[in-house]
Amino acid sequence: MIGVYLSNIFRFFFLILLQVLVLNNIGLYNMVNPYLYVMFILLLPLETPLYLLLGLSFAMGLSIDIFSNTGGMHAAACTLMAFVRPLVLLIITPRGGYEHQPVPNLRNMGIQWFLTYSVILVLVHHLLLFQLEVFRLNEFLITFTRSILSTIFTLILIFIAQYLTGSSKKRI
Amino acid sequence: MRNLWLFFLRYYAFFLFLALEAFAIVLMVNNNSYHSASYFNSANAISADVFSKVADAKTFINLQTVNDSLSKENARLLNLLFSSPYSNSVKRVVVGDSTSQRRYTYIEAKVVNNSVKNRNNYLTLDRGSLQGVKPKMGVICGNGIVGTVKDVNEHFCTVISFLHKDSKISARLNSTKDYGSLVWEGLNPRFAQLKDIPTHVKVKLGDSVTTTGYSQKFPENIFVGRVVKCDLKSGDNFYNIEVALSTSFSTLRYVYIVEDNFAEELSNLESKEVEK
Repeated sequence: MIGVYLSNIFRFFFLILLQVLVLNNIGLYNMVNPYLYVMFILLLPLETPLYLLLGLSFAMGLSIDIFSNTGGMHAAACTLMAFVRPLVLLIITPRGGYEHQPVPNLRNMGIQWFLTYSVILVLVHHLLLFQLEVFRLNEFLITFTRSILSTIFTLILIFIAQYLTGSSKKRI
Repeated sequence: MRNLWLFFLRYYAFFLFLALEAFAIVLMVNNNSYHSASYFNSANAISADVFSKVADAKTFINLQTVNDSLSKENARLLNLLFSSPYSNSVKRVVVGDSTSQRRYTYIEAKVVNNSVKNRNNYLTLDRGSLQGVKPKMGVICGNGIVGTVKDVNEHFCTVISFLHKDSKISARLNSTKDYGSLVWEGLNPRFAQLKDIPTHVKVKLGDSVTTTGYSQKFPENIFVGRVVKCDLKSGDNFYNIEVALSTSFSTLRYVYIVEDNFAEELSNLESKEVEK
């Protein structure tokens, strides 16, 4: 049980530093920006109480905001993502439920389930984030393209991270 | 009353969600306005510390290119000093003592944090109110414009980069002296768009674009870039001019904050004009 707390706390700080110091400097043609830190919200344990889920996601977003001078953009997007997460989990419940799976990661849930799960949530996050960043409708189409492309890039990074860290059997 | 509490308890997640979203939006809106007292930005103690450590490391790696550009700029300034004795002497005769009154002073600063790949980009500099930096001051670099100071604390300030959706700089074509506003449309950090140049103007490709000095942020005649493309949509009254920026935002290391010594005087006068 302690292990769950520790690994999540570690992941929280590690992902913030990775995002702020490395990934914030990566961008292709001002169209694609990866936001790998949302993986923290994806990987929170399934029985996380709702208030904690919302609070942690908000804290995660706000930390990124503080480092990248974006006010509350990331916080708003993360909170929406956290709010949608239980609904998505409900819709894509696998046969037999979630009984023996503490953490919704690639290794526990299989590639098909994890792909659906992460595509929906990352897309929700990115769509809101990029629209909030631009905050005007006449650039809607280009912003939309930008969020789709960035979603793809973020997903690739999430899957790479999942394959890199999911090697040991007792990983939580 | 009890039912009301039960209702709140039952849907607490939704209300918590609404409250957090509202808080985030308030932070965001505050951050967008110029004179916001926002505490959650990269000029605060923790993040500024992290960023300045990383910047130190990066500075060391880039030392050679920085030295190169500094020596080039030194050479340019030396040229300005000695190569034009004629115009100097003319000025002294005609303008007299008023030359000794300085309009602009420059504060040199190091870039601690920088971004170019977002729609709205910001920089953090290692100069703050102790060195006399105030919000709304302009920021330039050796070969172009950089942006406008946004928030200031004791040792650091954040700067709205020119690469931002709200950036608008008054600029003119050097050959015809027609002025328009320079904006950035968000696709490529190397190009900006010059708006509001009417169609009767003959725009030359390769013409240089400079600042006008109409705003108090930037002095006059600072080189901004060159015209690379100029087209006209049918039925439009203004050209669509693309300008290749001379500032390379992605490699910025050392910049200068422009202090206009007459800023207050000028804005007082101009605000009177508006009140009438």
